[in-house]
Amino acid sequence: MTTAEKVIEVENLVTHYGPRLILDDVSLNVREGEIRIIMGGSGSGKSTLLRYLLGLNRPTSGSIRLLGTDLTKAKPHEFDEIRKHLGVSFQGGALFTSMTVQENVMLPLREHTKLDESTMAIMARMKLEVVNLGGFETLTPAQLSGGMIKRAALARAIIMDPKLLFFDEPSAGLDPVVAAELDDLILNLRDAMRMSIVVVTHELDSAFKIADTITVLDQGKILITGTVEEVRDCDHPRVQDLLNRQSSVEALDADEYLRRLTGD
Amino acid sequence: MIRWFAQFLDRVGRGVVALIAEWGYYGALIAESGYWVFMGRTRRQPVRLSAIFGQMMVVGVAAIPIVFILAFAVGVMLTIQGIHTLRTFGAESQVVIGVALAVTREFGPLITGVVVAGRTGSALAARIGTMVVSQEVDALSVMSISPVRYLVVPVIAAMLLMVPSLTFMADVAALIGAGLLTGLELGLSPEAFLDRTLQVLTVDDVMQGMAKSVVFAVIVALVGVSNGFSVTGGAEGVGRATTRSVVHSITYIVLADMVFTWFLNL
Repeated sequence: MTTAEKVIEVENLVTHYGPRLILDDVSLNVREGEIRIIMGGSGSGKSTLLRYLLGLNRPTSGSIRLLGTDLTKAKPHEFDEIRKHLGVSFQGGALFTSMTVQENVMLPLREHTKLDESTMAIMARMKLEVVNLGGFETLTPAQLSGGMIKRAALARAIIMDPKLLFFDEPSAGLDPVVAAELDDLILNLRDAMRMSIVVVTHELDSAFKIADTITVLDQGKILITGTVEEVRDCDHPRVQDLLNRQSSVEALDADEYLRRLTGD
Repeated sequence: MIRWFAQFLDRVGRGVVALIAEWGYYGALIAESGYWVFMGRTRRQPVRLSAIFGQMMVVGVAAIPIVFILAFAVGVMLTIQGIHTLRTFGAESQVVIGVALAVTREFGPLITGVVVAGRTGSALAARIGTMVVSQEVDALSVMSISPVRYLVVPVIAAMLLMVPSLTFMADVAALIGAGLLTGLELGLSPEAFLDRTLQVLTVDDVMQGMAKSVVFAVIVALVGVSNGFSVTGGAEGVGRATTRSVVHSITYIVLADMVFTWFLNL
């Protein structure tokens, strides 16, 4: 495992939203074939980190290298090239509501290849079979259930056989059975296609089930990166709060509290 | 008092900066659209003709009935008012001159612009805004499909072709209305009406209206698209952007019309 090539290298990433500091000196590496979970509570910056990994925002400082290309310095055509090796499954699926499931899955092929229509249709149906959505290709996203939407989005994400697959909250809003199916699907994909997979989630069960390694993010900083056991054994109080679902009561500074209330 | 004045200045300043930023965004959108039209092939992201035709149906063909009815009604109203006014001088037979010029130079393009702003401008803001909220625009970006190339350029191209066409149809519809009214009120035969109209009109009059309509098309497209892309805050944000895009497009259209008319006629 340790000899595998690094496919994601993030160094000293600092980002702001307006004047507010969101990510504070984040560094992490993901190796080929690894399933990395990025975990953290709401507002920990994990979804933000994903946006930067996808190159949707420009960081304040630091570098993000995907498959050896630095996103912060990439030229537009290099960007296009890198993104053809990425697959992304967004939180709400982000399927195009005006198209059928099959047209959604075919869209990257249609835009980036010169294959003929029937070949693209066959490839799309194959990917839909992979995610157990065979036979649903003529439906529109509005006619699908939450779990089916996530699986259709996954089919679209893997249509170009990406080297890197990103997931934003795969199990959010799904019942436990469907969420577990999705977890199995992620594991199968890694084994069948040798993809490196990054999953952003706050679901503990699913995280421990599929993770090779876990990065715990809290208030824009990385608390720990390690294997499942290392994270479980970590004695950092914030990590334990997250693992044991304890509410954390921050120590209160009386002056600071007063300042916040009066708004000065 | 000083504090109040400072706050007032602060608000004005922020407003001006926001306005300049918005206009800058319009400029950037035009530049990027142009880039994709000419450079799309070399970047292997051509603008699809099928997408342009699809938008032409939505923007243009589907708007034919409403534009026709409104332009017809305006033609009728202009003629009624024209006859009423000119009757004071006993010159009601001259109404054809006024109506023909007013319709082709002013009301044809204006009616079309307002209808397109209401139909297409709002639909654009709502569609793109919804796509921003549901991360569909992000999804396009990470698939290496430029949102501007895929969503914006087909609409602008379709508008540039269809709004002038609609304007020409609006001219004709308004003149049909005027012809009917002059027939009923003044007993002018359709042939005589057509004859008088063609005598009065020059190519320049019609082209002036067409040129305006091209400007209106660009305004509606840019305002709709930029409001859509700047949506934040879910469904409510989409609603706000939709309203804003209609109000702003119509305002800009009327102002641009005034400026245009000023420079072309003085």
